[in-house]
Amino acid sequence: MSLILLHPDDNVLVLSAPVRAGQVLVIDGQAVTADVDVGVGHKLARRALAVGDKVLKYGAPIGSITTPVVAGGHVHLHNMKSDYIASHTRQATGAKGS
Amino acid sequence: MSHTLRGYLRADGRKGIRNVVAVAYLVECAHHVARAIVTKSDDTEVHLIGFPGCYPNAYALKVMQAITTHPNVGGVLLVSLGCESFNREQLRATIEASGRPVETLVIQENGGTATTIAKGLQAVARLRAVASQAPLTPMAVSELVIGTICGGSDGTSGITANPAVGRAFDRLGAEGAACVFEETGELVGCETIMASRAITPELGLELEKSVQKAEAYYTVMGYGSFAPGNAEGGLTTQEEKSMGAYSKSGSAPIVGILKPGDLPPSGGLYLLDVVPDGEVRFGFPNISDNAEIVELIACGAHITLFTTGRGSVVGSAISPVIKICANPETYRKLSGDMDVDAGRVMEGRGTLDEVGSEIYDLVLAVAGGERTVSEALGHQEFILTYKAFDPIGPACLPLRRAS
Repeated sequence: MSLILLHPDDNVLVLSAPVRAGQVLVIDGQAVTADVDVGVGHKLARRALAVGDKVLKYGAPIGSITTPVVAGGHVHLHNMKSDYIASHTRQATGAKGS
Repeated sequence: MSHTLRGYLRADGRKGIRNVVAVAYLVECAHHVARAIVTKSDDTEVHLIGFPGCYPNAYALKVMQAITTHPNVGGVLLVSLGCESFNREQLRATIEASGRPVETLVIQENGGTATTIAKGLQAVARLRAVASQAPLTPMAVSELVIGTICGGSDGTSGITANPAVGRAFDRLGAEGAACVFEETGELVGCETIMASRAITPELGLELEKSVQKAEAYYTVMGYGSFAPGNAEGGLTTQEEKSMGAYSKSGSAPIVGILKPGDLPPSGGLYLLDVVPDGEVRFGFPNISDNAEIVELIACGAHITLFTTGRGSVVGSAISPVIKICANPETYRKLSGDMDVDAGRVMEGRGTLDEVGSEIYDLVLAVAGGERTVSEALGHQEFILTYKAFDPIGPACLPLRRAS
């Protein structure tokens, strides 16, 4: 199996081997077809993800979905974004607002 | 679970899994003499430690006090040149108060190099004889302190070795062991995720502040903006990249923050804050992986779990290091230096749960006396440099405050 589930709560899987477009993968018992070539270390959606969904990896939110993703779809810069605001930035913003 | 180990019972009640005589140089000028004593002793249980600086440093004294009274240590020989400013009397008093045998040799008062080495060999023999009297006593998993670090990381570290260590940490922590992770500089981006695991809101705030401190410190050192994750390798966000290192900590609640030399007051998961407090004074927080390992040992770590992707070969003085190789290619090249092949997850030859179980089993075996690969190869690295810390605040150890 070329997909690693890092945590049971995760909604993405990590590729331990590259997949080619058209390749059939089995995710949680469901056959899905890869639509693009994806390399090792990249993430595939474990299930369909909607805009605003938190991306869970290691059981933790690592960003949010910006464009809907189908099950088995590649999750990366084109459809998710960071939710991280550095502590110092957050503080600076707070200071301006107060 | 009722795994019963056997530990060396020290006079202060602590239990060790090794019975080491430490030979400590108190300034670089005494390093050669101390090393010659260790080399000529030709005993795998006689280890060299020390501090090279001639100027006094409260952190270095605290770490040396913690290391020389570590439960794996059964006796200590202090080797001093004589005119250095290290407070050898206070260090000796601390070791004596712990009930461990200690001897001091001052090179300037003992006729120089050759005679001090000869006297040192006699001293080590006496210390070995006393240490060998330490009774073996039943020891529970809950009496273990286990540390973890990563070094020589690559793209595989965060998806094989680190999460596998996290699984082992969850199991060890659930059985009452104290588990310690560190390197706040690599946790930028997941501080709020980490804070959400704190057992009190005040501790969560302290966790966030420790990462903020690390970010500021590394910025001054010129390594400020942690590059956003390597997108080509599949990492999309800063928090995702940091989670790869953070996944060594597993998923248990975080019960406290330690600084080097602080002992965990209970079982459970702790963050070791290794970044100095105050203005940047002495350079990089830790100049190499072994500096971090020494700090984990100063917090009582009996064993350190070291994950590596590129392939580190180090071990440590005082406490065994278990090396967990994240990358299957690296493992094939350096299998003689690795204890665990976590990279097999990449090749479908095992799962994270299986590797986590293997690490857990190996921790118990090593605690029971089995030698790690780096121990068998004679690795006994030790490095201690200048730092400055403020004491931890009351919010950092809620369990102690509550008790």
